[in-house]
Formats: sequence, structure tokens, C-alpha cells
Amino acid sequence: MKVSYYPGCTLRTKAKQLDLYARKSAEALGITMEEIENWQCCGGVFTTAKDEIATKLSSVRALSEAAKKEQILVTVCSACHNVIKQTNHAMQNDADFAMHVNRYMAPESYDGSARVLHYLEMLRDVVGFDTLKEKVVNPLSGKKIAAYYGCLLLRPGQTMQMDDVENPTILEDFIRALGAEPVIYAQRNECCGGYVAMEDPASAQKKSKKVLDSAASHGAEIVVTACPLCRYNLEKNGESDLPVVYFTELLAEALGVKEG
Amino acid sequence: MENNTNRMKEQILRTSGVNPLKCMRCGKCSGTCPAYDEMEYHPHEFVYMVERGDIEPLLKSESLYKCLSCFACVDRCPRDVEPAKLVEAVRLMVIRQQGQNHLKPDQIPEMLDDELPQQAIVSALRKYAK
Repeated sequence: MKVSYYPGCTLRTKAKQLDLYARKSAEALGITMEEIENWQCCGGVFTTAKDEIATKLSSVRALSEAAKKEQILVTVCSACHNVIKQTNHAMQNDADFAMHVNRYMAPESYDGSARVLHYLEMLRDVVGFDTLKEKVVNPLSGKKIAAYYGCLLLRPGQTMQMDDVENPTILEDFIRALGAEPVIYAQRNECCGGYVAMEDPASAQKKSKKVLDSAASHGAEIVVTACPLCRYNLEKNGESDLPVVYFTELLAEALGVKEG
Repeated sequence: MENNTNRMKEQILRTSGVNPLKCMRCGKCSGTCPAYDEMEYHPHEFVYMVERGDIEPLLKSESLYKCLSCFACVDRCPRDVEPAKLVEAVRLMVIRQQGQNHLKPDQIPEMLDDELPQQAIVSALRKYAK
């Protein structure tokens, strides 16, 4: 099976492991990720303003490419996922916004028909966690892993439609499928401090430390995330030795396709 | 309410799509806001200050740049008021004016370190500059 893939800016630079192991693991699961040609950066954050049009066009172009190929559009980074899914939702539900967008897109137009899935959703809804479990050759038995959702993966829930926003299970089910033990802790869907870390690192330190302290107090040995900015904040500003890894690194390890 | 204030309020409501009259002032948005301690005006205050046209203090407040856009207030509001969308609309009202960018590109190099992901830079520029 082939899917369209939108990697995004950070997966080509600071988060190469997130990208590399996503593609390798997909191959091991029988899925080819075809990169969208000439994709442009999503901008990292979705602007909720109804009259912001041009900032969302890069997402619309990616959506339109996937729709033309009649493929699911898969993202791996939490931020790209958030921006592209929210943009698609606006194209489907805000006629005024869609009209303005399509004036830019002319002579082409995009009708909102693409289906966007986060890689984790692809594992759950296309591959299936039971099938994933069968493909695991190197189970991560005995490892206590804390899933860190952060903010962008799930919220806003009505738009993202990924999981229960307050009591999510998708990452825990993923961890179980790999043979490890998920750790449930209070701060798993609270914000790490995000981009505010750039001009106010103290703000990010407070939030990231709270997350890692909460995970550690429940016995976590590893924290797993899908977001490069979450990882940065937790590692840089979390004031903890708890290792933070991308979910794709664990996946590739369990599937036996991670080298070194 | 003077005309200019009225116009600003209308612009903010139109840009955000928020109806502040839905708010029942339970304070849950501010209670759940991870940036509460850093903010001068909190999410619930944005809602009632926009509603009563008290917009000038919000335009001048650093609170606009402390919101993390984490959507906690959006998802946890029992009345679907979505305060973060108001914060966004007020911030845009400021930075859409010429010369009012909160973050300028030449400030960025001193904020960088070896690990900072590109995602942080593009996000900050999108939130803080036009």
C-alpha cells in the first residue's frame, strides 16, 4: 500500500531519526510512504483566525496533492499533523475560507476530500495494533514507557478526531503492541512550553519539569513523543535525566529495522 | 462605547469567530491554562474584556505572547467559548500593524542553540510576526 507523506521542516534537519525510522518501519509493515513533491513548511502552528488565508496555503497544497493521487496523507510530526488537519477541517466546514483559498489555488481547486492521518493513526486504523504486535521481532519487554501527548497531537479534539483528548489511549496501545508497559501519569497531555521557550525559557522549564517529574514519579524509564519541540523542551528544559525518544525509534527497534 | 472601540471589538469577534456572551464565567479556562502564572490578563479576562470593549489594555499586554496555543482552554471550556481564539485575534490586531512585530528576524540568532528545532522558529515567527 502507498500513502502520501508530508515530512515537514524539522524532520529533515533536527529530527532525522523521527523521519528515517518512520519510513523504515512503514516499509517493514508493507506501506510505502511517497513524499509529497515540493512540499512547503506548514508554519508549525495553525492560526485560528478565520481571515488568515495565505499562511494555510502550504497545507492546502499538500492536501490537494494527496487528494489527486487518491492517497491518505500521513504526517509524523505532531505540529504538521495539527496544522494540516485543522486546515483540512476548515476547508470542509468553512465555505468562506474555502472560497478564499481556492482563489489562490486557481486554476486548480481543492475540495477538502483528502484524508489526513497521523502515523500513529495509520498504525491503529490501517495496519492495526494487533497486526503490529505480530510483526514485532524484538519486543521491548519489561520497559516502562511514559507516553507524552503534549498539546498538538490531540487538541482541539473536535477537529483532530484522533483520540479522547483527556483520556487518550493510542500511544499506550502502541507501547503495549511493542511489548512494553505503558506508564499513565497526570501530565501526559499538558503543554511542554512550546515555541515560547525561545524568548522565555523559564516558562518552558516550569512546564517541562512538571511533565518529567510526573512521569518519573510513576516509574517511567523512557518518555516517548511524536513532536520535535516537545522533545527539545523536555530534554533541554525538563531538568531530568529521563531519556526522551521519538515513537518511531521505539517502533523501528521493535520491528528490528533500527541499525546501530 | 466609542466608535473605534466598537470597530476593534467587531474585528476581533469576526476574526476569531468567538461569541463571548456564551461564557458563564466559570474560570475553567484560566484554571487549566499552563501559562497562567506568566500572564497579566488570563484567558477568562480576555473573554470578558473583549465582551465589554476593554480592548486597549489587551493590545498592550505581554500576555499576548505568553499564550502557548496549546488549546487546553479550547477543549476544556464547558460552553465552547474557545478563549485561545480571542487571544489569537487580539495578537493579530497588534502584529498586523506595520512595525508592530513582536519578534524580528535579527533577534533570532541570539535565541538559537544547537538543538533548537526549526519548528520552534517557524512557530514563533508565525505567532509573533507578520
